[in-house]
Amino acid sequence: MREFLLMDGYWAYVWSAWGLTLAVFVGLVFSARRHHRQAFRQAVAEEQAPRPLRAAVKELS
Amino acid sequence: MWIWFHKLGSPPHFYRTAGRLVPWFGIPALLLLIAGAVGGLAIAPPDYQQGDGFRIIYVHVPSAYIAMFGYVAMAVAAAVGLIWRMKLAFAFAAACAPVGAAFTFLALATGSIWGKPMWGVWWDWDGRMTSVLVLFFLYVGVMALRSAFDDASKGDRAAALLAIVGVVNIPIIKFSVDWWNTLHQPATIAKFSTPSITMDMLVWLLAMVVGYTLFFAAVVTMRLRGEVLLRERGARWIRELAAHA
Repeated sequence: MREFLLMDGYWAYVWSAWGLTLAVFVGLVFSARRHHRQAFRQAVAEEQAPRPLRAAVKELS
Repeated sequence: MWIWFHKLGSPPHFYRTAGRLVPWFGIPALLLLIAGAVGGLAIAPPDYQQGDGFRIIYVHVPSAYIAMFGYVAMAVAAAVGLIWRMKLAFAFAAACAPVGAAFTFLALATGSIWGKPMWGVWWDWDGRMTSVLVLFFLYVGVMALRSAFDDASKGDRAAALLAIVGVVNIPIIKFSVDWWNTLHQPATIAKFSTPSITMDMLVWLLAMVVGYTLFFAAVVTMRLRGEVLLRERGARWIRELAAHA
């Protein structure tokens, strides 16, 4: 196990490259989910706003 | 088949279909990425020159491949949007840009991390590295240009033009290692008949490449659904969707 973690002495390079990759993957999933959720919330807010306000909400977004 | 394509061009139909597609891309992507990670980190033999340091290849090469694949996909969508004035094509191009930029960043960062122990430097202004950095700036430029316009359709068209012009960088990236004397090694799997990597290393790399491609498809599809909602604001189907929320 220790040998595996040490990666032939390259542990700092190998694990930082893989760790960074994992972080970017997780970030991409969360950012895509947030993007969709925000767009959906915006659509709901526009729908629920009184009609004269809709144009203003749309403009502000 | 044509009816299916025609229906897919309709935003409400596309929105629903895309929602169903995400797990079909995401679950196989997750399984392949786990298999590729276990194989690349623990099963593949160490390289005879680089030892275990070569295991960065399993995150670096697929990132670089997706960086270029994503750009070509974005440029093709941009061209379709400009030629046929398809709103969905512009939405697809908009969804591709941040994901492609993230993978280009990963290709640059993992390449730099790999370069330090192997070449002794974090960075060198050679043909491959510089052209990939230009690709990153192109992605950022496309996103910045799109958001620089108050009128979204003008922003889409301007960003599409830049995306199309930027395609010239893709063959430069691909052939940079052949055209110039670079620190970067030539292609490892340019030809499947004679790859310069053994099969017990290659199989996990291919799993990662397919996993990355499916992951890219899943994330772009998720973002695309958001783009469709933003671009279709005020449409009756959006009002109905919001009313049922």
